[in-house]
Amino acid sequence: MSETEVAVHGHGALMEESPYAIPSRKFTMWLFIISDAVTFGAFLFAYGYLRVGTPNWVRPFETRSVINVIIMTIVLITSSLTMLGAVDSAKAGDKAKAMRFLYSTMALGAIFALLHLREWFELFGRNITIGSGLFGQTFFTITGLHLLHVISGVIAILVVATKYSGGRLTPSHVETTGLYWHFVDLVWMFVVPLVYLTNIVH
Amino acid sequence: MSAASASGNVIVKYLPVYFVLIGIFLVEVFLAFRNFSTGTLVVILLLLALCSASLGLMYFMHLAQERRSLFLSLIPAVIFVLLMMNMFWGDSVRLLHLRTLAQ
Repeated sequence: MSETEVAVHGHGALMEESPYAIPSRKFTMWLFIISDAVTFGAFLFAYGYLRVGTPNWVRPFETRSVINVIIMTIVLITSSLTMLGAVDSAKAGDKAKAMRFLYSTMALGAIFALLHLREWFELFGRNITIGSGLFGQTFFTITGLHLLHVISGVIAILVVATKYSGGRLTPSHVETTGLYWHFVDLVWMFVVPLVYLTNIVH
Repeated sequence: MSAASASGNVIVKYLPVYFVLIGIFLVEVFLAFRNFSTGTLVVILLLLALCSASLGLMYFMHLAQERRSLFLSLIPAVIFVLLMMNMFWGDSVRLLHLRTLAQ
């Protein structure tokens, strides 16, 4: 093993890996995901409780908004699929293919963020802001927190892709970043039904 | 099979999960346009979201294929988190009394 490889993988990589050992990087990411899930869980639970317990709740979403949300969801789920491709290609040693998948994931994440902002500005145009009652406060807090995660994810993937391309990071780093990205996707699966689909104009 | 072709197959391998996730989401959209009471709709949508999340966890995040030691190590963390979340339930009840201030 070269000095560069030792610098990247650490001296632990020189030893045979235990079949029962837990990969520390992946384990740490899982712990982060669990703790982040609490944050979203608390927000969504509080939102759900308020939503069910408030009879005169604002229902601002029309068919156009629903179509926008359908596109956003498909884009995000597709980005998870491209992330799977990136992780698998990185593990298989196909760096060029992994980079193409990583760039696709970033592009899909950016498209999602833009569609999200478009939705927000449409609501702003109808005087629905974070200061306009319970709906605005809960909607912009929850979707804002999720959007922050998406933007952070795109930046994280960009940093990891650049360093992985330069040989300073390993496929396991790509895999750990992938876990975070899939988590962002999973959270959206709870945000959409609770925040959007229960507030459609009938 | 070469490394490059193996990496291309992962997309095909997970396409069924991808389409099931999109299918569940479209069912949610369909149900949202039906005339359910808010409470019923929230429960149905949450159950479907749980199904989607489980598929994502098991296949996209590979939890089903992970080492058992990793899976078992996460269980105490999940229990701790659920106990901590118990602290929030009381606040949610309190929110109902505070909503008049926010409206």
